[in-house]
Amino acid sequence: RTLRAGKLTERVLKLFIATGKDEVFSLIQALNIQVTVTPVLPTRALRPDLTSFMNEWRTIFSRFHLIIVKDPDLKEELKIPEGFNLDVYKKPDIDRVVGTSTSTIFSGYSCRYFGYLVSRKKYIISVDDDCYPVKDNKGILVDAVAQHITNLTTPATPFFFNTLYDPFTEGADFVRGYPFSLRSGVQCALSCGLWLNLADYDAPTQALKPEERNSRYVDAVLTVPARTLMPISGINIAFNREVIGPALLPSLRLGGEGKFRWETMEDIWSGMCVKVVCDHLGLGVKTGMPYVWRNDRGDAIASLRKEWEGVKLMEEVVPFFQSVRLSREATTTEDCVAEVANVVKEQLGSKDPMFARAAKAMVDWVKLWKSVGSSTSSPGA
Amino acid sequence: MAEPATATQAAAPVVALLKDELDIVIPTIRNLDFLEMWRPFFQPYHLIIVQDGDPSKTIKVPEGFDYELYNRNDINRILGPKASCISFKDSACRCFGYMVSKKKYIFTIDDDCFVAKDPSGKAINALEQHIKNLLSSSTPFFFNTLYDPFREGADFVRGYPFSLREGVPTAASHGLWLNIPDYDAPTQLVKPLERNTRYVDAVLTIPKGTLFPMCGMNLAFNRELIGPAMYFGLMGDGQPIGRYDDMWAGWCTKVICDHLGLGVKTGLPYIFHSKASNPFVNLRKEYKGIYWQEEIIPFFQQAVLPKDCTTVQKCYIELAKQVKEKLSKVDPYFDKLADAMVTWIEAWDELNPTGPVPNGKAA
Repeated sequence: RTLRAGKLTERVLKLFIATGKDEVFSLIQALNIQVTVTPVLPTRALRPDLTSFMNEWRTIFSRFHLIIVKDPDLKEELKIPEGFNLDVYKKPDIDRVVGTSTSTIFSGYSCRYFGYLVSRKKYIISVDDDCYPVKDNKGILVDAVAQHITNLTTPATPFFFNTLYDPFTEGADFVRGYPFSLRSGVQCALSCGLWLNLADYDAPTQALKPEERNSRYVDAVLTVPARTLMPISGINIAFNREVIGPALLPSLRLGGEGKFRWETMEDIWSGMCVKVVCDHLGLGVKTGMPYVWRNDRGDAIASLRKEWEGVKLMEEVVPFFQSVRLSREATTTEDCVAEVANVVKEQLGSKDPMFARAAKAMVDWVKLWKSVGSSTSSPGA
Repeated sequence: MAEPATATQAAAPVVALLKDELDIVIPTIRNLDFLEMWRPFFQPYHLIIVQDGDPSKTIKVPEGFDYELYNRNDINRILGPKASCISFKDSACRCFGYMVSKKKYIFTIDDDCFVAKDPSGKAINALEQHIKNLLSSSTPFFFNTLYDPFREGADFVRGYPFSLREGVPTAASHGLWLNIPDYDAPTQLVKPLERNTRYVDAVLTIPKGTLFPMCGMNLAFNRELIGPAMYFGLMGDGQPIGRYDDMWAGWCTKVICDHLGLGVKTGLPYIFHSKASNPFVNLRKEYKGIYWQEEIIPFFQQAVLPKDCTTVQKCYIELAKQVKEKLSKVDPYFDKLADAMVTWIEAWDELNPTGPVPNGKAA
């Protein structure tokens, strides 16, 4: 109950533990609230004033370690409220860790990848700074972090579709006709959340339906079947960094990439890579809850005036990823990413220099991950 | 916590969509009292009642419904020797209803399924939702994270290729169940009290290449697009297996839909499933199926249909051939089933001489 009310802080948790009651221990275990395995929240700061964002999320975020990465192109100082356990990385820090020539890959929305790179925790939860917590159909504040953790720590079922959605959720199970040999599932590597209010639509769709808001709260989590691709939005995701870390990468950069979500494709590209890698390694990807409330921002029509490459791009990108097959020798995430990069270079590189650049960026990213991602680092003063 | 709806009269539609193009097929062995509750939603439609079990028993149909009723004697009379493909003493006999129908769409429902309520308390017109699902496109080639993009208030998300946004025709609409969920016997034995109270407000297309367990309790399909694939197999009396009729039809249907570029949707509408069947009886029926499905699933997952299979019937005959080749070694039952699959197609073509248009494209 305390958890639901958003009131469980580390202090309260320690009080519960001090009671020594067995039910409390098993409850804490079941909910996986462990002080040692806490998620990290790299929050991409595109606007300097994070006060309202952080305060809205305070009850949910405050027990975790946060990583805030400031877009290197952002000139103003960040305003961050007190009371959080956090590390902030700005341009000088990024330069110091990866070098000034490399730090350009972290501009705009891609700054979040720097957070993924330097984190040392097992799970990462990544939320855009224009998103706020929602209330579910019963009016209870949704702990998006807890839901993502639940998704990541329960098995995924990519090989056969369960018509009652996530069979591991309370009140549900595998339906008649679901093979028993597939009921233990596989490890879930990625959890993709959704958005109420402003859904993640592209610019043409938003321009066409400027008043449309997503008000449908779909009470489900489901595994995206193996070999099925989908657009993985970077707005509200979580992943197991130990298992799949290197596969989330900044590599595709649109020529006209801008500072609004619908002017980027980097997360969609990254998501395709992740799904292909997960399918190859037998890992699961879930989609559905948790929802976040995404605030209105920007003018989609203004974005349409820019030449919209992203739309044309997907026509090439999707069939390409659908056809990618990785070799049996690719048994680690790094190997898989390197192989995908190779295929990108061979098959797409000649079609557009952007793809050739993306392929190189992927190879560089794997190298960077190996050198920086595995060693310790700390932010500058 | 879930209860069936009672105020269905208030929710009756002003216009009954497709009322001359859709048949409601209901298998029954006892009575059709449940139709009273569905009356405001079903009355405009024609019913095909398939009476299983003792043909000398009279099934009373509530007043005011337009229906045709077939018992075992009728099935034998109409199909002659081909009647051997229609199951006896099992609700699988319902597929006879699909065969004799002359309509474009079929909705089938079990006689222990009642009208459910949505979270606002409103009675759910399941038939109307199925029709909406069937009349709007499916999107099997790329997953839309906001589920059915053709629903009001939803759309394709960023990153969804525009060339795939038209979608493909929807061949089948698979609805779900509140209250008693469709669990197998082992799960029922472990969780006898579990009730499905979660209303998931979504319809989604099952992606191409992905199989699913199709339940026949609350199902609708486009008979012209996929009818011949909806054979519910050999179950019940004289057969080693039961409760796998709809599963079998679902696997065949999905493989053929994937091959022909048709869509299958799942999710809404919900009905209220009131009767929990006896798990011990179920276990006896399903027992072999639970073992066999470990072989059957990989078979369907790997099944490839040749390019010249351009109609549902051709696809189905080809599948029957592959069943005989690859599954007979699991049990001689599959040899019989493969033969029955061919008989079914022959019977279908005899009763439906013009047949559906090739390539699954609606006429």
